[in-house]
Amino acid sequence: MLNKYPMWKNLLVIIIIAVGAFYAVPNLFGEDHAVQVVGTRGAAVTPATESQVEQLLASKGIKIKRSELENGQLLVRVNNAEDQLLAKEAIASTLGENFSVALNLAPATPAWLEKLGANPMKLGLDLRGGVHFLMEVDMSEAIRKMEDAKVADFRSQLREQSIRYAGAKATPKGIEVRFRDADTLAKAEQYLKTHSNNEMVFTDTSNGDNFVLLASMSEQYLRQIKEDALTQNITTIRNRVNELGVAEPVVQRQGAERIIVELPGVQDTARAKEILGATASIEFHMVDQKTDLAAAKAGRIPAGSEVYKRREGGEVVLHKDVMLTGDHITGAQPSFDQYSRPQVSINLDAKGGSIFSDVTKDNIGKPMATLFIEYKDSGERNPDGSVKMNKVEEVISVATIQARLGRNFVITGLTHGEAQNLALLLRAGALIAPVSIVEERTIGPSLGAENIQNGLQAMIWGMAVVLLFMMIYYRAFGVIANLALTANLVMVVGVMSMIPGAVLTLPGIAGMVLTVGMAVDGNVLINERIREELRAGRPIQQAIHEGYGNAFSTIADANITTFITALILFAVGTGAIKGFAVTLMIGIATSMFTAIVGTRAIVNALWGGKRLKKLSI
Amino acid sequence: MLQILSFKGSVNFLRHALPISIMSLILVVLSLVCLATKGINWGLDFTGGTSIQLTFSKPADLSSLRDTLDNEIIAGAVVQNFGSSRDVVVRLQTKEGVKSDDQVKLVLSAAKAQDPAVEQKSVEFVGPQVGKELAEQGSLAVLVALICILLYVSFRFEWRLSLGAVAALAHDVTVTLGLFSFLQLEFDLTVLAGVLTVVGYSLNDTIVVFDRIRENFLKMRKATPTEVVNTSITQTMSRTIITTGTTIITVIALFLKGGTLIHGFATSLLMGITVGTYSSIYVASFLAIKLGICREHMMPVQVEKEGADQPSIMP
Repeated sequence: MLNKYPMWKNLLVIIIIAVGAFYAVPNLFGEDHAVQVVGTRGAAVTPATESQVEQLLASKGIKIKRSELENGQLLVRVNNAEDQLLAKEAIASTLGENFSVALNLAPATPAWLEKLGANPMKLGLDLRGGVHFLMEVDMSEAIRKMEDAKVADFRSQLREQSIRYAGAKATPKGIEVRFRDADTLAKAEQYLKTHSNNEMVFTDTSNGDNFVLLASMSEQYLRQIKEDALTQNITTIRNRVNELGVAEPVVQRQGAERIIVELPGVQDTARAKEILGATASIEFHMVDQKTDLAAAKAGRIPAGSEVYKRREGGEVVLHKDVMLTGDHITGAQPSFDQYSRPQVSINLDAKGGSIFSDVTKDNIGKPMATLFIEYKDSGERNPDGSVKMNKVEEVISVATIQARLGRNFVITGLTHGEAQNLALLLRAGALIAPVSIVEERTIGPSLGAENIQNGLQAMIWGMAVVLLFMMIYYRAFGVIANLALTANLVMVVGVMSMIPGAVLTLPGIAGMVLTVGMAVDGNVLINERIREELRAGRPIQQAIHEGYGNAFSTIADANITTFITALILFAVGTGAIKGFAVTLMIGIATSMFTAIVGTRAIVNALWGGKRLKKLSI
Repeated sequence: MLQILSFKGSVNFLRHALPISIMSLILVVLSLVCLATKGINWGLDFTGGTSIQLTFSKPADLSSLRDTLDNEIIAGAVVQNFGSSRDVVVRLQTKEGVKSDDQVKLVLSAAKAQDPAVEQKSVEFVGPQVGKELAEQGSLAVLVALICILLYVSFRFEWRLSLGAVAALAHDVTVTLGLFSFLQLEFDLTVLAGVLTVVGYSLNDTIVVFDRIRENFLKMRKATPTEVVNTSITQTMSRTIITTGTTIITVIALFLKGGTLIHGFATSLLMGITVGTYSSIYVASFLAIKLGICREHMMPVQVEKEGADQPSIMP
């Protein structure tokens, strides 16, 4: 029998469209004003916190719509923006500094829908307002740091093996280790090579009486360093973003050395930038007491020492070897000492604690310096367009070690503001290499709402005209095509809401609008074919059958080629363009389904197998 | 049956193919000349720099704002209306030794002096390095898209048709870019997305015609290639007009209602779709014929179709 679908095929069409529609539904509910509470600095949000907040808001007369505690984050929904602001202030002042309280818009999807995994589409920054940063990691600095570490490493290895070397230093060509004779050089090369894990490539660059071993990083090791620097920086920035108390931030890598940071709802870009991009860290060095400051300044300085500036003025000679870096710091709180001078209390991890207790034990009575290192945007640019960063190193305190120090101690010598910033930065971890902001976009919240409004308007107008035209031109088949078009739009929204990574952007809305216009193509191809067959004098059932059959390969070919371009857009595009490509790809897939299978099911159900004299097309 | 166009048999579209193709060629050459001399008005996404979007509470006095900015260190700022007389966009070049934040502050204070109620809608800063990479990536994307399509069409159809399709696409892209250059419209990321969409759309069109050509070569055993192509174009004409029509309607809706941010995108689509529709006939099909496409070339490709096993009613 012609034009009859088996039951399973009809069911399949119904189920697929129903699933699409089900997941599209959450988008109808809009958003609730909400306040988000996250614990920072080791504090956690518990059910006790939740009831505390609930009681607090009840006492203030603020009605709570719903409150949820999930993944250590409390979300309190209120009725309007006014209540939201009041609630935020009340909660922030009551819970204190250990919690970050942020304004948020939470989808107003009913709980039972959410349980089934149905959530509304995520909106891009251009639709909800906020800041977008693209940050670039200064890889040359990451590599330089690693070279310094290697120099220290070589020195201690050679010393342990009692191989005498004349000097080791990092040069632009690589790390140069000098020796007095060829034998020691060969011995050292042999030893270092076997203990380098293929990280370094060694070449003997001796000439005449100069016995020099040059160690340069292998390609693979360089790649590894860059990769590590990027992942480490992403982790650090993620921590810092959490400290900022922003709802639903995005921190993502892009390519080999860039990081995308998106902070919805943030308008104060200056503070965000200061915290995200700050590359402050501290190092502890022993003071070189043997070297005279005047002599050192005149240039007579031992290889292992260097002159550093002191914050309060003057200079001091320190050993270059770092006793402890900021990497081992697990906690840092600003506080005041008994003379109400600002200080930062530091907690170290186990390894840091044992290193620190060892060195302080051996150095009781000797002065130790805290070196504060910061990279600052100089406002200038390198010839390649990247931001020039200035490295500022300052000794913030020199203190005599009184006793063996353990995992907890304090740093003094800072101003109040500095103590607070340093504590925040140390808590959130140090950036392994400085970052610079290469792209920044701030979108006002009103602009976001305007963009949504515009997009919807365009969609409604475009859709209305197309639906009207199809109905008039193809009559019954036009109405069926319109059903398919509507189902298609619902399915695009449904699929967009289902895919966790898909984000709706303004170009994404444009993609949807365009899909409406282009999705008609499948139906037009089919309907025109059916008309042709009818004109050629075929019986009606035959004409429908042939029309669908003949149009199929055309639709497939045409759509696959468009899909290829969308795929390429997705691969090379960033942000908004990716959003456009995603909607276009989804639109192509769903429109093929609705045009070919969806309308066929309806046509078959209505007319399949019946004797027809006329077809309304 | 309501019909926009009703053709009996076949219309000799290709009769005018030569003059129209020559016109197309001239258009391409003009576009290239325009691109070479005037260049493209690259937007912020590609050049780098800072752009600040402001909304004034009353119509803004652009020339006074321009003068104020010229007196500051940020001379050379581009100050334009953006949609309405109250919306203003200020574009600044990246300057050696000047922080973008400071530039933004200067612009804001200049605007505040004119209208205290001015609202800062968006600020964008793009580093020059990022823009350059984007331009390279973008052109690479267009190139890769063309190559992929060339391969797909060669595989599914035939190399002469494939070459025709890609020539038509290159034609559409060139002419669209040429128009952007001629009118000096700003070319930003969304326009690039538009151009790539045009590639997809125009190809869509070409494929529909080619599909019919392939089919008709097998059906019309005695016809000449020109006759086959004419018949195919005639048969697909009403579909072409309807689909192009509905797409253009939605693009016009985007242009009119989608807001200023999407203008460039809509403009490139409007141009591209118009150009792309006629190029599938007068560039793609015509080139395939000139390359000597004939029935034998179509034979090896067997297309499976639903209903192919049905007895043919055609004599």
